[in-house]
Amino acid sequence: MSDEQPKRMAIIASKGTLDMAYPPLILASTAAAMDVETMIFYTFYGVDIVNKHKYANLKVAPIANPAMPSPVPMPNIIGMLPGMTALGTMMMKSMMGKINWPSIPEMMEVCLEMDVKMVACTPTLEMTGLTQSDLIEGVKVGGAADYLDFGLDANINLFV
Amino acid sequence: MSDITPDEIADLKGLNCPMPVLKTKKALDKIEGGKILRVDLTDAGSKSDLPAMIKRTGNELLEMSEADGVYTFFIKKKAS
Repeated sequence: MSDEQPKRMAIIASKGTLDMAYPPLILASTAAAMDVETMIFYTFYGVDIVNKHKYANLKVAPIANPAMPSPVPMPNIIGMLPGMTALGTMMMKSMMGKINWPSIPEMMEVCLEMDVKMVACTPTLEMTGLTQSDLIEGVKVGGAADYLDFGLDANINLFV
Repeated sequence: MSDITPDEIADLKGLNCPMPVLKTKKALDKIEGGKILRVDLTDAGSKSDLPAMIKRTGNELLEMSEADGVYTFFIKKKAS
């Protein structure tokens, strides 16, 4: 394999809910384990995944989410009640715990340890008043061209 | 039981995707080239996941077996 160019994967993470934080981190860490050079570019709500004040407490959205696993059906009118986001999140986390799934901070640590490149979108940071010091250590900042420069040479490009 | 004698054993029973692949890779990184790693796990997805990772990283899957819901892989690390 050493005579070939290393494979590459680029992922754009644009969502900041708990369920949407997992796919980029799972794919990136697995790709790194398969000797694939990987970058995750965090934009819009996706920046929450690398916001050190928020990433351990990402939530599941119970509203307008008909796939929400629940012991009882959860209509939107119930999902909008105060506390339902916390309840839905707690339920999801307990289901993940039952199958021994790693938390988001654990997955993040694995990705960084495996040299997954992490880039947070600069306009999103400007817009939300965040600076590099609000991000997890190891995350760089960059713009669209930074993603494209990596993505143009990638075998897989995903938008999550 | 296999007649292959492993140099290292990784017990990954009870873990789900993506952890078996990640921990197997970590265990492979720790041993020297040419050595043999045995991995025991219970995640059915690993039947296809582990061979894919092993192939893509240039390592060699010597043997895979299944008994009582436990999958056992013998992997030879590529020469370094």
